[in-house]
Amino acid sequence: MTTSDLTTPVRLSFRERHESRIRQLRLYAHTFAGSFSSMLGLVLVLLFLALAAFGPWLAPYPEHTTGGFDMAARLQPPSATHWFGTDEMGSDILSRVIVGARTSLWIGLLITGIGAGIGVPLGIIAGYTGGWTRAAIMRFTELFLAVPGLALALAIVAALGPGITNCVIALAIVWWPGYVRLVEAKTLSVKEELFVESARSLGARTPWIMWHHILPNCWSPIIVKMSMDMGMAILAAASLGFIGLGARPPAPEWGAMISVARSYMPDWWWYSFFPGAAIFLTVLGFNLLGDGLRDILDPRSRER
Amino acid sequence: MLSFTLRKLAALVGTMLGIAALTFLITNVAPGDPARLVAGPNATEDMVETIRVENGLDKPVAEQFVIYMGDLVRGDLGTSIVTTRPVLDELLRYAPATIELVLVAMTLGILVGVPLGMLSAVYRNSWFDHVTRIFSISGVAIPAFWFGILLQLLFAVKMGWLPVSGRLPLVALPPEPITHLLLVDSLLRGQFDTFWTALKHIILPAVVLSFPCLASILRVNRAEMIEVLSSDHVVAARAHGLSSRRIVALYALKNAMLPTLAMIGLRFGWMLGSTVLVETVFDWPGIGLYAVSSALASDFKPVIGVTLLIGFFFIVANTIVDLAYAWIDPRLRNA
Repeated sequence: MTTSDLTTPVRLSFRERHESRIRQLRLYAHTFAGSFSSMLGLVLVLLFLALAAFGPWLAPYPEHTTGGFDMAARLQPPSATHWFGTDEMGSDILSRVIVGARTSLWIGLLITGIGAGIGVPLGIIAGYTGGWTRAAIMRFTELFLAVPGLALALAIVAALGPGITNCVIALAIVWWPGYVRLVEAKTLSVKEELFVESARSLGARTPWIMWHHILPNCWSPIIVKMSMDMGMAILAAASLGFIGLGARPPAPEWGAMISVARSYMPDWWWYSFFPGAAIFLTVLGFNLLGDGLRDILDPRSRER
Repeated sequence: MLSFTLRKLAALVGTMLGIAALTFLITNVAPGDPARLVAGPNATEDMVETIRVENGLDKPVAEQFVIYMGDLVRGDLGTSIVTTRPVLDELLRYAPATIELVLVAMTLGILVGVPLGMLSAVYRNSWFDHVTRIFSISGVAIPAFWFGILLQLLFAVKMGWLPVSGRLPLVALPPEPITHLLLVDSLLRGQFDTFWTALKHIILPAVVLSFPCLASILRVNRAEMIEVLSSDHVVAARAHGLSSRRIVALYALKNAMLPTLAMIGLRFGWMLGSTVLVETVFDWPGIGLYAVSSALASDFKPVIGVTLLIGFFFIVANTIVDLAYAWIDPRLRNA
């Protein structure tokens, strides 16, 4: 390359153009892989996602997940033919647990998605505008946070009537305030930064600043919270299913399965053991993943 | 401190009114006709209409709201459809069992969580620290109802050490009520075998309820201890040759307790919410079980009553934590 090339732009390869980005990602991956608990979380979450994606093909008795049964083989203990045993209809519990992953994934995605979808914009607006708007949004949010989530969700489901859709609606209503509080606090600190002031003095409009400057700087705590919340939302939905207000028993949902299985305790223990273990490992996976993500995205909180 | 206390109390009343309004919103935004729900599936159009007028459901929403709030302020929470008794009476009957359970669980959480957090901070990155880390992460992730079932299987069915469920067996004579807390009353009345039976009944549900709380207390306390142990005044104390035990137990723990206290307040509300699950698993006759059985019977007023009561307990607990905070750290009084 000679000096005369200065006028024509130098063609950089993809790798060169994104060098700092790539280097940062590699650092993230290195830190993440160095932590046993983060990797365990990742493995558990990937396993869960794989079950949710390919469940119907992985289940050994797929017909048992859609209402098929085999009364001759009812309440059999775990064996080579039925690894997790069978339930009171003779359905294979392993198949039902596998297919239940998809239900749980949907529930988790919907609740955290709606929660963040409502909470993040409200949090940015409250934090950025201040004044009366902020006071109104935050007071309203605090009201929801003043009642323990599960109790409030129970009241809402009781008003709407039991069922899986209403259960998701109720939990989404309970879930958004957490995002408002998180994002509002973050926005308050970001908006004092110099680059926001520069953008404003250059005449940038408020929505543009919110979208291009505030939101990108709020991403890391939001991602961490969403990962943790996937687990907690699945747990909450399973809890409502267990009480009998969530998914209805024939549906392969883990909480609802335990709800039925409870009347077959203690002699038919495997019926409630395996769905419960599935909930536990899923929630544990998302929690560990969230913990690991926080370690790399927010290094100041490391060691906590 | 006095003006701070008054401000906090005013905020408490304000939030309580807000929650009451929220419950009204939940009741009214929900689709479906409450009068038809009360009347049952076989009611004629006239019967539904009568119930609507009787309950004031034909009035405009704004007027209904004023009536609803007025009733609540007077302590009228309506009547349960299933038992036809006032909800307030039933809440007062069931609340002591829940309060007793939550208090025992909270005590357990603090007594186990704080020392474990302290030790894992002192022996940071040792095998002990790793074990408590797994322990505390499992605590938040484990489904309370499943954990309860496992403990029942192990300690009640298999070992036969503890009863499966309930608060007292039917044959046991409960002590004459003083505080309505069985453990306290039986001691005060000198009925030691009743105390022993009651204690055996409360252990499993209290352990299940306290586990997530214990886990969070442990984590917060560990994090705070790590920070305090590296602070200047601890280093200075070490330089002066004070014993390690004295530094940790006296200087460091005291400073680490403030954020732990906040976590305890927060977890208190969470615990009240999970009584709904734990009481269902252990047939514990408290407000959580009352709310669940009412919700399953489409009996709506008791559910709202329990929600309000739990909200009330939670706000009171948070106010107490705020006051304790301000009492310990005067700088916070102007906040």
